[in-house]
Amino acid sequence: MKFMGFRRKSGKIGIRNHVLVFPTVICASVIAQKISREVPEVVYVTHQHGCGHLGEEKKHMMRAMTGFCSNPNIAGVLLVGLGCELITPELMMVELKKSGQRVESVSIQELGGTINAVKKGVELVLKILDEAASVRRETADISELIVGTHCGGSDTMSGLSANPALGVACDSLIEKGGTVILSETPELLGTEHILKRRAVSEEVGRRILDIAKAAEARINAMGVDIRGTEPSPGNIAGGLTTLEEKALGAIRKGGTTSIKEVIDYAQKPSQKGLIIMDGPAHDVISNIGMIASGAQLIVFTTGRGTPVGSPVAPVIKVSSNSRLYNCMQDNIDINAGTILDGYETIQSVGEKIFHEMIEVSSGKETLAETLGHCEFAIHPIGPTV
Amino acid sequence: MKLSAIVVDSSDNVATALHELQMGESITVEVGNNKREVILTESITKGFKFALQNINQGQSVIKYGEVIGLATKVIVRGEKVHIHNVEGQKGRGDKL
Repeated sequence: MKFMGFRRKSGKIGIRNHVLVFPTVICASVIAQKISREVPEVVYVTHQHGCGHLGEEKKHMMRAMTGFCSNPNIAGVLLVGLGCELITPELMMVELKKSGQRVESVSIQELGGTINAVKKGVELVLKILDEAASVRRETADISELIVGTHCGGSDTMSGLSANPALGVACDSLIEKGGTVILSETPELLGTEHILKRRAVSEEVGRRILDIAKAAEARINAMGVDIRGTEPSPGNIAGGLTTLEEKALGAIRKGGTTSIKEVIDYAQKPSQKGLIIMDGPAHDVISNIGMIASGAQLIVFTTGRGTPVGSPVAPVIKVSSNSRLYNCMQDNIDINAGTILDGYETIQSVGEKIFHEMIEVSSGKETLAETLGHCEFAIHPIGPTV
Repeated sequence: MKLSAIVVDSSDNVATALHELQMGESITVEVGNNKREVILTESITKGFKFALQNINQGQSVIKYGEVIGLATKVIVRGEKVHIHNVEGQKGRGDKL
């Protein structure tokens, strides 16, 4: 099955043709924003990182930042650095060039301040934009798609409507050779034994248990016993009985196929099919991690509703109930609440989501894109020094 | 046809109510490609589960085709299935 995408030098296929202005450190964030205001066709992000990371976290941040900047939805990147930060444009450029990404950089200290850096940045970004404009969509196979899944602001019925419907779409994409990322490790707790059984190998199974244990240990370290407190009183009042039931409703959004690989946050998968990314349940941090892992598209299920999008990857929003759909119509692309209303089936809504995935991959705008939602955050894993 | 309750997997022994269901009501559910009828022994609130068959004490309660817990007492067909008669059996992560 085919769709229309942008072929990159790396050989990868993008579903958008963005030019990104990316600060490598928080101190360059406002300059990145100023450059983008001069050239509104580009996208930009701001974040609080790039300095003060120790050892493992430095590697983790580098992987997340370069991973994000090398997403095939991006035609080219302008990196904005300060000069004395830990993660410099030079460091990132080495990695980005390896991935074949078109990249330029400006350094604020080297260029002599805000005004000069903005001027040079605008010059460079116009050049990248010009090159990007010559890239045309071409036919690509959907086996080249990586779709990230997320559920945020869930309600007690998400596990019966939006999540299993998304699961049907994911099964369909995987059957056709594509890749799906399931993440939110804390949400998997209670089903790790089930996921382990679905693992393609003993090693992958062991990794699933390991990431679940580590996530639980991090939660315990904050003084919370997730197994003693979940499902929450609100969940129980809504009809959810056990932790297993709640977590099964969450993992169902990835579908029912075997687990091919477990990757770290922002790591690139080496397999196709269903992949688990070890990441937090935080909506924006999870989305950005999957995009840094190479996901060109996110499908996001929600029961309470959220406007969240992403700077470079379209986010298809699926509501789990019709009440939400009716009250946040400008944010919700597909209503799976019709399953609970008794008018549609999990299967038929799943097919609708699958169809939307292909349409959006070929260029159809999601509502989050139309509204300009571009939320961005990276998972911090260590103390800041 | 408008459905009153939903069964996710054909091996499930519970269904979830999609709206308020009354005691004595006969509910038709789709289990895989088959239709089954269950007469409710009590009223079921939207979002809550009821048994599609008798479940003995200690037997698995199945939803999504997986065990979501064990029955702590005998549950009869048509009865509400919740924390009063089911207990999660998910042990600690370190006991897996």
